[in-house]
Amino acid sequence: MIREITIGQYYQTDSVLHRLDPRVKLIFVILYIVSIFLYRKPLPFLLAALFLALCVGLSKVPFSYIVRGLKAVVVLMLFTAVFNLFLTPGETLVAWGGLKITKEGALIAAFMAARLVLLIISSSLMTLTTTPTQLTDAMEKLLWPLQKIHLPVHEVAMMMSIALRFIPILLEETDKIMKAQMARGADFESGNLLRRLKAMVPILVPLFISAFRRANDLAMAMEARCYQGGEGRTKMKPLRYKGADTVAYLILMVYLAAVIAVGKLT
Amino acid sequence: MNIIDLKKVVYEYFRRDDEGNVTGITTAVDHVDLSVKPGDFIAILGHNGSGKSTLAKHLNAILYPSEGTVWVDGMDTTEEDKLMQIRQTTGMVFQNPDNQIIAQIVEEDVGFGPENLGVPTKKIWERVEESLKAVGMYEFRKKSPNRLSGGQKQRVSIAGVLAMHPKCIVLDEPTAMLDPAGRREVIRAARALNDVEKITVILITHYMEEVIYADHVYVMDHGSVKMEGSPREVFSRVDELSALHLTVPQVTLLADRLKKSGLPIKSGILTRDELTAELVRIKSGR
Ligand SMILES: Nc1ncnc2c1ncn2[C@@H]1O[C@H](COP(=O)(O)OP(=O)(O)OP(=O)(O)O)[C@@H](O)[C@H]1O
Ligand SMILES: [Mg+2]
Repeated sequence: MIREITIGQYYQTDSVLHRLDPRVKLIFVILYIVSIFLYRKPLPFLLAALFLALCVGLSKVPFSYIVRGLKAVVVLMLFTAVFNLFLTPGETLVAWGGLKITKEGALIAAFMAARLVLLIISSSLMTLTTTPTQLTDAMEKLLWPLQKIHLPVHEVAMMMSIALRFIPILLEETDKIMKAQMARGADFESGNLLRRLKAMVPILVPLFISAFRRANDLAMAMEARCYQGGEGRTKMKPLRYKGADTVAYLILMVYLAAVIAVGKLT
Repeated sequence: MNIIDLKKVVYEYFRRDDEGNVTGITTAVDHVDLSVKPGDFIAILGHNGSGKSTLAKHLNAILYPSEGTVWVDGMDTTEEDKLMQIRQTTGMVFQNPDNQIIAQIVEEDVGFGPENLGVPTKKIWERVEESLKAVGMYEFRKKSPNRLSGGQKQRVSIAGVLAMHPKCIVLDEPTAMLDPAGRREVIRAARALNDVEKITVILITHYMEEVIYADHVYVMDHGSVKMEGSPREVFSRVDELSALHLTVPQVTLLADRLKKSGLPIKSGILTRDELTAELVRIKSGR
C-alpha cells in the first residue's frame, strides 16, 4: 500500500504540459493554489475545478493514476474536516452530547476538503509532467537573485531533486523491511497508538541506516563524476521560453482575472 | 607511460571512540605496487574485506594514500589543483546501481558528468548519444532508471562515466548485485569499451568467470597483492587460490582434478572448449 504514493513522481508521456517550460508550470501551480484560497464561494471553485480538469485532460496522465496519489492524504483531509466540522462556532445543525456540528463548520469543512483535493491534484500534476531535474532547474532559475546574497540555491534545488529520485527506492525498501519484520511476527495493526508507534521503531532504524549508507554512496558517486556544486556547470537541457510558454502565461492571466471577476461579482 | 602507477601504497582506516581517540587501525591496503598500461584490461580479485574497494578509491582521488604514491596519467593524486582532471581521467562505476544514478531520466543521468565538466550543451547531447549507444542503452534514453533491470542500470552508470571521456574506467564489483544475465550484459559492455574504444578497464570482482578475458590479473588478500599474472598463469595455481578463499571456474577446477588424477592435461584451462580439445588430444594420442 505504501508504494502507491504518487506525489512527486514523474509520469512519462508526451503532452503539451510535458513540453511546457518548468518555470511556467511552477509559477502556474503557485498562482493556481493562491486562486483556490482567495474566495470561499462556490462559483470560483467551480471555475478552478473545471480549469484543472482541462489541464488534467491535456496532460495525458490517466486520471486514475492521479487519484491514487490522493489516497495518501485522505487521512489529512479527514483530520482537517473533523476539526472544522466540530470546532467552528455558529448556527447549530446537529448536536450530540457536548459536540455540535454547525452550519458554518460544515461549509468550511467542505471547502477545506475541496481545496485540499485541488491543491494536491494541481501540484501532483506539475510533478507528474515535470522531471525533477527540470523542476530543480526552474527553481534555480527563478530563485537566482537569492544566489547573489549567498543563499545556497543550487544546492537546495539539487537536494530536492535527489530526494524525489529516492522516494520510490526508499518506499520499496520500507515495504521490504515491513514484510521482513512481519515474517518474524511483528504486528503493525493492533494495539493502541503508543504500541503501534513502538512497532514502527524496528522499521525506522534499518531504514535510516540504509538511507545514510545510500547518501554516502551517492555523494561519492557524484564526486567521482566531478560534481563540485553549481559553479562552472553547464546544462544539458537549458531552459528557454518558447511560443507555447507565452501562451500558457496568457492563459494563466486570463484564468486569474476570471476567478477574481467571478469572486468579486458573486 | 603508464596510465596508472602505484608505488608502495598503504592505506589505514582509523577506528575512533566517541572522544575521537584512535582505538584501532585497519591496514586496508598494504604496500601495493601496481602499474597499468594504456588499453589494458586488468582484473583485481580478492575475497570480502581484502581491500579491493579501498584500492579502487585511490585511483580517482576519493581516498589518498597514507604512505606511497598514486599516479594517474602522470598526475600525483594528492595534487589538489589536478583533482578534476584526475577524476575525469579515471571514471568509477560502483557496486550498487541504485546509489549512483542521480537523475530520474536515463539521458539526464548520463549528462550529469559532462555538465559538471562544463561541456557546452550541444556537445553534451553528442556525448550522451554516443555513450548510450556504446553500451547499447540508447533506446532507453527517455526511461526512468527505476524501471530498468539491474544490468541495464549498471550499463547506464557505465555510459555516465563514458560520457566524461575517461582514459580509464574502474568498475568496483559492478556485477555483485546482478543475476547471471545482468552480469553477462555488464561484462560484455566493459569488454566492448576495451576492445572498441581502447579504454583501459580495471575490473574488480570476485567472480572468476569474469576475468578470463583480462590481460593481467591481480589477486589481493589482507590488503596486499598475493598473486599476479595472466589469467592462465593465475588459474593454474588452483591450490593457492583456494587458500585465498577464491573458487576457480568449474572447468578449470575439473581440469585440475583430472590432471591430479594422472591425465596429462596442460594447466590453466579456462574454457570448456579448451578442456574438450585437450581431452580429444589425449584420447587420440593414446
Ligand atoms: N570506512 C571504513 N572504516 C573503517 N574500516 C573500513 C572502512 N571501509 C573498509 N574498511 C575495512 O578495510 C578493509 C578493506 O575493505 P574493502 O572495502 O576495501 O574490501 P573489499 O575487498 O572491497 O571487500 P568487498 O568484497 O566486501 O567489497 C576491511 O577490513 C574493512 O573492514
Ligand atoms: Mg568492495
